[in-house]
Amino acid sequence: MKSSEIVLKCHKIIGGYGEGEALVSHEPICFYLTDPKTGIVREKDHELAGKNIAGKVLVFPSGKASSVVQIDGLFKLASHNVAPKALIVKDVETVLVVSAFMVKVPLVDRLEKDPFEVIHTGDFIKVDAEKNTVTIRKQKILT
Amino acid sequence: MYLTKEEERILGGESGEGTQKALELLVAIGDAYDSEKMIPVSRAHAASSGQEGDLYFVELLADGGARCKVPTSTNPVYDIPYFHKLFEKIPEDEADVARRVMEAYKRMGAILSWSCLPYLAENIPLYSETVAFSESSATPYVNSVIGARTNREAAQSALAAGVIGKTPLYGLHIKENRKGTHLVKVDANLKDEFDYTLLGYYVGRRIGYGVPVLTGIKRQPSTEEFINFCAMSNVSGAISMFYMPGFTVEASTAEEAFQGDMPRDKITVTNKELKQACEELQTTSSKIDFVMLGCPHYTLKQLEEVAKLLKGKKIHDGVSFWVCTSATAKVLAERNGYVDVIEKAGGHVVVDTCIDEPCWIAYKSKVGMTDSPKCAYYRRFKEVRVGRLQDCVEAAVRGK
Repeated sequence: MKSSEIVLKCHKIIGGYGEGEALVSHEPICFYLTDPKTGIVREKDHELAGKNIAGKVLVFPSGKASSVVQIDGLFKLASHNVAPKALIVKDVETVLVVSAFMVKVPLVDRLEKDPFEVIHTGDFIKVDAEKNTVTIRKQKILT
Repeated sequence: MYLTKEEERILGGESGEGTQKALELLVAIGDAYDSEKMIPVSRAHAASSGQEGDLYFVELLADGGARCKVPTSTNPVYDIPYFHKLFEKIPEDEADVARRVMEAYKRMGAILSWSCLPYLAENIPLYSETVAFSESSATPYVNSVIGARTNREAAQSALAAGVIGKTPLYGLHIKENRKGTHLVKVDANLKDEFDYTLLGYYVGRRIGYGVPVLTGIKRQPSTEEFINFCAMSNVSGAISMFYMPGFTVEASTAEEAFQGDMPRDKITVTNKELKQACEELQTTSSKIDFVMLGCPHYTLKQLEEVAKLLKGKKIHDGVSFWVCTSATAKVLAERNGYVDVIEKAGGHVVVDTCIDEPCWIAYKSKVGMTDSPKCAYYRRFKEVRVGRLQDCVEAAVRGK
């Protein structure tokens, strides 16, 4: 078994370093609709419903919902120590920047390749926002 | 992002940790949008709330010595003495968060408006003024009805802007980004502010994110109608700005609003869509335990309307009746005798209070009625039916 590592350039928004297993959502995320004590997504009909975002590197297109609930949602996860380790997004907006700033979770965008093509749930990801890099270790067996 | 010497010094911590954190947040937002520099703002409105996230940030700034540099008003939390006298069950830890939030804004020298309509009385932007206004109705109202310039701020980014007196140059501060995106042809009979609530609900949900240009509006909307349209379209969607050529200030025609571009999409709203929107907001229960009005806060004119409807009537024994408003509006409503009429009928007129706060815990498993889908959206209650003010008052009197 061999694992390949890919290093991609990205754009830092909130600095820091975070690593963990990737969890990819193709739908926007509202942190308020997760269980604040466990990190399990409670939003019915969401692609990630029932999945746990705690300790993951979350890859998603954008945030959603009103600023108060979004920010408080991520803040509650962080205060129970079940926030994601890093956030990789496509479309960033003010509320998401504030959310990540408050809980000191690295937030990056503009990967040099489409994150939804190169990152899959289960890959091991290192986000080094200070160096503007995202390192992807594929978990698949390569032949 | 270009930073001035002074901004560099603030980031280096020279003006204290609170001010440093405020600017760090603004720079992060600027980086996200590739903003070239900071621009001055002359006022801000922080959508404060009694939530832990808000408490963390406002105490981080207040404890770090930050003070508001430009007039910065605050959103409602709740009237702590009033509610604690009435209800015993409000959890002490949540009450403590609210108390500390309110105290921290006071320490920072904010305008303690505790109102979600600061643009009507306590902190009024002017045409073309650069500001940082959070709060769902406030952002689109000041951009569109007043013609000031603000982005869709969070409570924290607006407070940071109030402390630094600046915001990154991006988004709706740039004229090109203020152009219309969707053409909305209104072919519906808009009678009152509830119809504008339904219009906002429908437009926000259909468009999501964008700058709608509404044509076909036949008469000047009232202040309250604008407020409701703004609040709902920015809750069911993310509408930070809109045009109603002839009634909003920035473009006198639809063509001008689109700045020469074609609309990305066209939609038509008729009575049928409004009726459908209203039907979606209904629930199955008939008996109600409470009526909740004032989300967004009721204006003086709306308090007068409630008093007229309640005059000589008695609210049903099984129903509590609440109207949330600002301290400013309540003073005048008292002077005019409206508060007296509402209280004699058995209702409460409360100030400084938002629907989304722990003070309402007594109604957690109760069924209510409101004229605001935004109130129903917060899910502080078991079930909330949405209807016109007249129907809310009638239900309160009959108990169902």
